[in-house]
Amino acid sequence: MRIDCPHCGSRDVQEFIYLRDAGPRRPDGMAATLAEMHVYLHERDNPAGRHRELWYHGSGCRAWLVVTRDTRTHAVFAVEALPASVESAST
Amino acid sequence: MRYSIFSLLRQSWAGHTGWTPAWRDAAPKSDYDVIIIGGGGHGLATAHYLASQHGITNVAVIEKGHVGSGNIGRNTTIIRSNYLLPGNTPFYELSLKLWEGLEQDINYNAMVSQRGVINLYHSDAQRDAYARRGNAMRIAGVDAELLGKEEVRAMLPFFNYDDARFPIQGGLLQRRGGSVRHDAVAWGYARAADRGGVDIVQNCEVTGLAIEAGRVVGVETTRGPIRARKVALAVAGNSSRLAAMAGLRLPIESHVLQAFVSEGVKPLIDTVVTFGAGHFYVSQSDKGGLVFGGDIDGYNSYAQRGNLPVIEDVMESAMALWPGLGRIRLLRHWGGIMDMSMDGSPIIDHTPIEGLYLNAGWCYGGFKATPGSGWCFAHLIATDKPHPVAAAYRLDRFATGRLIDEKGVGAQPNLQ
Ligand SMILES: Cc1cc2nc3c(=O)[nH]c(=O)nc-3n(C[C@H](O)[C@H](O)[C@H](O)COP(=O)(O)OP(=O)(O)OC[C@H]3O[C@@H](n4cnc5c(N)ncnc54)[C@H](O)[C@@H]3O)c2cc1C
Ligand SMILES: [Zn+2]
Repeated sequence: MRIDCPHCGSRDVQEFIYLRDAGPRRPDGMAATLAEMHVYLHERDNPAGRHRELWYHGSGCRAWLVVTRDTRTHAVFAVEALPASVESAST
Repeated sequence: MRYSIFSLLRQSWAGHTGWTPAWRDAAPKSDYDVIIIGGGGHGLATAHYLASQHGITNVAVIEKGHVGSGNIGRNTTIIRSNYLLPGNTPFYELSLKLWEGLEQDINYNAMVSQRGVINLYHSDAQRDAYARRGNAMRIAGVDAELLGKEEVRAMLPFFNYDDARFPIQGGLLQRRGGSVRHDAVAWGYARAADRGGVDIVQNCEVTGLAIEAGRVVGVETTRGPIRARKVALAVAGNSSRLAAMAGLRLPIESHVLQAFVSEGVKPLIDTVVTFGAGHFYVSQSDKGGLVFGGDIDGYNSYAQRGNLPVIEDVMESAMALWPGLGRIRLLRHWGGIMDMSMDGSPIIDHTPIEGLYLNAGWCYGGFKATPGSGWCFAHLIATDKPHPVAAAYRLDRFATGRLIDEKGVGAQPNLQ
């Protein structure tokens, strides 16, 4: 599996660290209910097929990326830089 | 046919022409009391115990492929009950006790071999953690022994004890742990359930769940709809997909785990060993192949095959522990899809849908749990009450904070 980093080019998957589904957004910790925190932290769609997910290019540019990948074949469709405004490296 | 020395002699005399299939290849009926989705180890064990312990025999196990094609036929066959947390220890110990009597119960040779499981430690901190685990096990009535370096060396002289980076200091041994022939577990439970009256329906994929007014009433399959009063999910890596058919989102990610087997060699290692400083564990099969594995690849996957970095990582760990392995050739490797739960522990519980039961979240350790899981799941389905040793495996524990996080890594499956 290779990931085409928008900053570094195509690199071996070994250079990257996987976090999780890119969908869930962390609710505001002070305002969120316990139930909202639970859904964010634990519940996942976990689809068989297209999946948008967070990867970290730890042995490269050290940027967070959003990778769209097929979980049935491991084929990578798209790799985008994570917009700075979104929840990011702090996770 | 009951298997015994006499049936074997009779068949030898008759030129082995009289053996009958171990179970019927049943066609689905239109209606059952209980449908179990998933003909892996857990689904088949559940069916057997429903019939034998609870007298519920109008049961079908619905399997999309053939019996044994999922993780039950893909794992590295290790059984043990060396768990730390109170929610886990009694459950896995029940499972180990059931393994000890399994072959008599199901009248099938599953080659249960209590050859011991040793977890090596390589630092003072790791020794202390294993001492704590061993003590917790002994308090719960489980056998555990903390071995020093020379005791381990006497059992396993060929390891690299003086590795500069990770010297072996000793190990935690559970003598009652060991290995079991995994395919035989699937076949043996299938045969026993069938003899108890259960229909085992293969090549029948569940494509939908029929739910009316918050209650499950049956399943849609590639072989037509089937009605049922109770439906039980035991589909391991596919749990999220089945739950989605009922509109449920689970605290589970599916990940791929790889395993390996070498060419066959003469008896070399007579126990199961886990390396404490990297992702590697090893045992030897009765055919002579060294069976080993490591960690999950670490990203969501339904592919049943992994990637090269993990293979390299496992081989590096293997060489660090046991340099002699470098002379042995790898024969095969494969992958299976793990239902990684958010705390690393399983779920055996009701769901918010009435009549729909869930058995999932086994991560990479569900083989050893097969008898216990079937026993407790059958109890839940039959009585609608959790079995006492599985009472902590609730689906709502993630919302209530009663997590069972053996490794203490939090809701991050690829760190478990
Ligand atoms: C490489 C590897 C090594 C492992 N090593 C160990 C080990 O050493 N010790 C240990 O304790 N555990 C180990 N495990 C984990 C263990 O194998 C699993 O946790 C356990 O087998 C899961 O339960 P099961 O046997 O019921 O799963 P499975 O055998 O996977 O059964 C689930 C079944 O559901 C069926 N199914 C899925 N979707 C549908 C549908 N829509 N309709 C009908 N049927 C469906 C599948 O075809 C499958 O047969 C390992 C796993 C792997 C992959
Ligand atoms: Zn990069």
